[in-house]
Amino acid sequence: MTTLPATTDRMDERRPWTAIVHEWATTVDHKKLGIMYVVTGIIFLVVAGLEGSAMRAQLTFAENKLISPEVFNQLFTMHGTTMVFLVGMPVLLGMANFLVPLQIGARDMAFPRLNAFGFWLFLLGSILLYFSYLGAPGLDGAAAAPDVGWFAYAPLTERPFSRGNSTDYWILGIMVGGFGSMTTAINLLATTLSMRCPGMTLMRMPLLTWMMLVVAILILTVMPVLTAAQVMLLFDRSLGAHFFDTQNGGDAVFWQHLFWFFGHPEVYILILPGFGFISEVIPVFSRKVIFGYPLMVAATVAIMFISLGVWAHHMFVVGLGPFLNSLFAATTFLVSIPTGIKVFNWLATLWGGHIRFTASMMFALGFLAMFVLGGLTGIMLAVVPFDWQLSDSYFVVGHFHYVLIGGLLNAIFAGLFFWFPKATGRLLSETMGKWSFWLLQIGFTLTFGPMHISGILGMPRRIAYYEADRGWEIWNQVSSIGVIFQILAVGLFAWNVIVSLRSGRRAGNDPWDAWTLEWATTSPPPEHNFDTIPVVGSRRPLWDSKHPDDPDSSYGA
Amino acid sequence: MSAAPVSILTDPIARPSRGKVGMASLILMESCFFATFVVAYLFYIGKSATGPQPKDVLDLGPVIVNSIALFSSSYTAIRSFRSLATGAIRAFQGWLLLTILLGGYFIVGTGMEWYGLITKHGLTITTNLFGTTFYSLVGFHAFHVIVGLVCLTGILLLSLRGHVKKSDAGRVELVGWYWHFVDAVWVVVFTVVYLVGRDGGTLTP
Repeated sequence: MTTLPATTDRMDERRPWTAIVHEWATTVDHKKLGIMYVVTGIIFLVVAGLEGSAMRAQLTFAENKLISPEVFNQLFTMHGTTMVFLVGMPVLLGMANFLVPLQIGARDMAFPRLNAFGFWLFLLGSILLYFSYLGAPGLDGAAAAPDVGWFAYAPLTERPFSRGNSTDYWILGIMVGGFGSMTTAINLLATTLSMRCPGMTLMRMPLLTWMMLVVAILILTVMPVLTAAQVMLLFDRSLGAHFFDTQNGGDAVFWQHLFWFFGHPEVYILILPGFGFISEVIPVFSRKVIFGYPLMVAATVAIMFISLGVWAHHMFVVGLGPFLNSLFAATTFLVSIPTGIKVFNWLATLWGGHIRFTASMMFALGFLAMFVLGGLTGIMLAVVPFDWQLSDSYFVVGHFHYVLIGGLLNAIFAGLFFWFPKATGRLLSETMGKWSFWLLQIGFTLTFGPMHISGILGMPRRIAYYEADRGWEIWNQVSSIGVIFQILAVGLFAWNVIVSLRSGRRAGNDPWDAWTLEWATTSPPPEHNFDTIPVVGSRRPLWDSKHPDDPDSSYGA
Repeated sequence: MSAAPVSILTDPIARPSRGKVGMASLILMESCFFATFVVAYLFYIGKSATGPQPKDVLDLGPVIVNSIALFSSSYTAIRSFRSLATGAIRAFQGWLLLTILLGGYFIVGTGMEWYGLITKHGLTITTNLFGTTFYSLVGFHAFHVIVGLVCLTGILLLSLRGHVKKSDAGRVELVGWYWHFVDAVWVVVFTVVYLVGRDGGTLTP
């Protein structure tokens, strides 16, 4: 049986701006914190996007002298670090913050004040990272910003090779932000396990909530390993310890093991929430229940375990020997089984459905296509001899941008178009959304598609300069032209948000005729989420209340 | 569809308390943090380029006494929290005080061991890989013991002012979980540093 609360619309209340600032700065409300995470993440998306655009500008012409190699090193380091830690993490944890308590019928997260603490830690960490531009120079010849790449291989990050303070800012910024992510993960676990509304068994939880639960466990397992490795590096740099000091017996590869033990699961920490958005969007716009719910849950948990045993596929060229290389190639192939299960389940959900091509659904379909392409090049790179040829080439850059931009960014846009009306009470413009969609797909394919070719032609990643006779120029120029389309797509999205916030169509409680609990309350939801705590009897409580003659609960789902 | 008789109180779904899940998550996170330093220690056994080596400077006697004190403090902590659960506030305070004293003894013992290592043997974090990994691993454990002692002392002070009641037993027990975890980490650290690592340091001259 399902009982849903009555709702009262609170959209038109007006207050002075000082009261609003005070409210947001002191809030412990999971929805406001979630929105603050997402907005901060999107601001950093613009920053990191501009850094990427600057690199594309430099690479557009062979033998170009627009940006010096030193600045170029800082650009790719800050671009990668920002995209992973300051864009991906806050946008996804922010959406988890906003959605998980609503989806399980709770009034807030389990520890609201810890939640606010986590956000402000994250913001402090981001500011520390970017403060390096002001705080790090001073020593002659030292870099003004971190210039060691986003995976910061020791011993090149040791004091003798990386002078000045920029690497210390890199360590501290990510470490402080990491503490924020870990507190959020603790909060998500406690919320999903302890705060579910009556009737919400684990196997009735929406798939997004399931994926966030798994992501939280993964964060708690691998983030401390990165923190520990960074502590070791900090000890080496500041106290004269020898963890990665090869002059005193330290190991040159040890950091790589520790970093990638974190780094590869981190990729799943980023993509699993994307899977969650897709798993909510596709059923609603196909007008069907998700195909194979239990298998989706099982595949998610399987990905979590497998992801902990694949890290050395980032290190095939290090020379680990044939046994370890074969082992890690085999575990990497294993990832494709649960991922394949998910892709086929999404396809089976679409099959025979009454598909509605909303902007959100189009981004979800874009995700499916682009993510599968990125996954296929991933399987190619898992083949050790192939990787030996293309490791650290532009082929790898193309591969992970297909997964993270074509895959994850499409999924995030699908989620933003889907839940924006819930967060703000107004719908985004569908027309502008579809323009954004096509501009992004065209721009993205133009930018990252040719990178596979320039990579196969031998272009290494992270170079600021190449000679004209290499045959790489044309592919780099196509890549750079694509950037223009991507900027237009994101700019149009920003305009869409501004216009829709002022004069978008009122969303009402449930604009998409969806089925999960967040649509049972007002848009935006009141501070306490639900006037009365809902009671659910199936995976689709809103279906039950809309179709009392044929509820899911009568099928035992 | 409406009129479901289920309420939060009669709901049959098992939901652990958020405090327990939160503390268990924290312990999972801390375990992974310590595991990394344990791996570093094991990885670098016997790889120090210069002396002193573990077996030259690590004295088992005082460490065993220290360890017995720390392990005993887990027992006294259990006695203390059980007393609180039955409402015996005086016994709770007495066992808690004993727990704090045993933990304090461990910290003082570690401090004396470090003092000897630094002044007598000249072993610091910069001396060699043994010093680097030893002070990091043992130091982070000692730091966690100190955090636990601060929490336990806070509870004792609150209790002396009459603020800790029988109804708080569930929450106080969570601090106990943390204390047992810190103890369990010492089982691993002791095994790795003083049993496995002590005789392994002879590969290089």
